[in-house]
Amino acid sequence: MNALWNTLLKLYGEYGASKTGLTLIDYNVEKQFAIIRIVHTAIENIRAAIASITEIAEKRVAIHVLHVSGTIKALYKKLKQ
Amino acid sequence: MIRKAANLGYRLIAIPIHWTLTEDKVRWLQDLCRESGIDFVSRIDLKPKTSRELITSLRKLRRRFEIIAVLCETKQVARQAAKDRRVDLLNFPSSHFRRRFFDKAEAELASDSLAAFEIDIKPLITLKGATRIRLMSNLRKEAMIAQKFHVPIIISSGVSDELLMRKPRELAALASLFDLKEELAIDSISKNPLALVKRNREKLNPRFIAPGIRVIRRGKDC
Repeated sequence: MNALWNTLLKLYGEYGASKTGLTLIDYNVEKQFAIIRIVHTAIENIRAAIASITEIAEKRVAIHVLHVSGTIKALYKKLKQ
Repeated sequence: MIRKAANLGYRLIAIPIHWTLTEDKVRWLQDLCRESGIDFVSRIDLKPKTSRELITSLRKLRRRFEIIAVLCETKQVARQAAKDRRVDLLNFPSSHFRRRFFDKAEAELASDSLAAFEIDIKPLITLKGATRIRLMSNLRKEAMIAQKFHVPIIISSGVSDELLMRKPRELAALASLFDLKEELAIDSISKNPLALVKRNREKLNPRFIAPGIRVIRRGKDC
């Protein structure tokens, strides 16, 4: 989450980041996915911020958006499919 | 990388090939793409130093490659590439801001010759700080000019490393950093490149005579 917050701050500043409503809902270490909640109007900003992450703790990484959904229940359904 | 592109949801990729690469290796690449369920497009990136060199390369290579991109490092080359109908993509150095020659004059020439303006996303991901800020500012200006003169924009990843590959929707989201509207950004990743490939494949077809005219049948009774 720190990496995402840092990228968000770099790209959009504190004012822009405050408009995204970014919250971590779930993080599964084994399956390597995280669920985050954001304001739907900030979706493109968050996508851009996620795509801009190239390293976490000095290790090179790539993070991708798997699914987007209006409710967490529907998101888990999509993940199971 | 081809397999990764397929996993990320791409259906067509253009791979830059050196002109000395043998046909066997190109066929090997084609087979690899077919196995992954991706359409392969041959592409060459030209980096001419003079407009004369560009013309010579185009004469030699146009019929061998489906897409020809020109990295314009001098104004003379940029102007020649923009007005030459054999050039498909105009690309500019991302970190040398004084060498980005995509201005109104360039866009006007490009709109007449059907050349597209190519934007590589890689520097937006890899550059940091002031350099990235300056790049975003330049891209914003250039994207506005391209839209004003109806020059198609084509967004490409420009990467040679798996970890820097992004999904098509993520590339579109990154285009929002230089104020390209979502709809336009998606067109720049899907519709515009597809139209370019379709047009060039038609032109490279031996039956092609001119736009809208093609050989249907050969023989004495024709």
